[in-house]
Amino acid sequence: MVKRVVTGAHYGLKDWLAQRITALVMAVYVIGFVAMLLICPPRQYEGWHALFRNQLMRIATVVFFISLFWHAWIGMRDILMDYIKPTGVRFGLEIAVVLVLAGYAVWVVQILWSL
Amino acid sequence: MIARQRPKYLDLFRIRLPLPGLVSILHRISGTALFVFAGVLLYLLQESLHSPESHAHFVALTGHCLVKLFLIGMLWSFLHHFFAGLRFLLLDVHVASDLGPTRATSMAVLIVSLLLTAILGAWLW
Repeated sequence: MVKRVVTGAHYGLKDWLAQRITALVMAVYVIGFVAMLLICPPRQYEGWHALFRNQLMRIATVVFFISLFWHAWIGMRDILMDYIKPTGVRFGLEIAVVLVLAGYAVWVVQILWSL
Repeated sequence: MIARQRPKYLDLFRIRLPLPGLVSILHRISGTALFVFAGVLLYLLQESLHSPESHAHFVALTGHCLVKLFLIGMLWSFLHHFFAGLRFLLLDVHVASDLGPTRATSMAVLIVSLLLTAILGAWLW
């Protein structure tokens, strides 16, 4: 019998945890955002624009989107691992997901800091 | 003891998925949909924020009925993913993880996300 310690690459637990922590961060932001919409909805373009010009709101929003993209990467990777069997195709798709999400992260910063 | 007939292969169209399984696969489908269309949603956010002119463009775009249908689809994807996700977080800490409660919370996730989608969708229309 081969005594082999099956430990994997150790990224499974870290990613599992990261997926949950990013989920909680996003949930807090979303609940806060919805509460704000209910209590004092921003009026017209001026109100909406002023809301995201606020430095605290900008930082919270960037933290939300970083969590979102990190969360999306783990989720998409899990799905690709489950359904796409040919290694080459899966690897290509994983790289595409990472590149798209990295691009989105830059885009979000650009949207928020060009206000 | 009678040997039970077990399925020899997994044919997705012949498996009758239990309720928690349905919530789970919809969690994956809604998550994938949100990822695939994230770029469109970011574009809409950009248009709504960039300038008064782009905001007018945003208002015109979201006034189109096909865009509204798309946004309602995104709304359901988000709501289902959100509530199913909260349910998974509770399951992780062993809340409502017995068979009875897990079916009840699955049903609650399906109903609440559909109901909220219908209410908010009708309000946005």
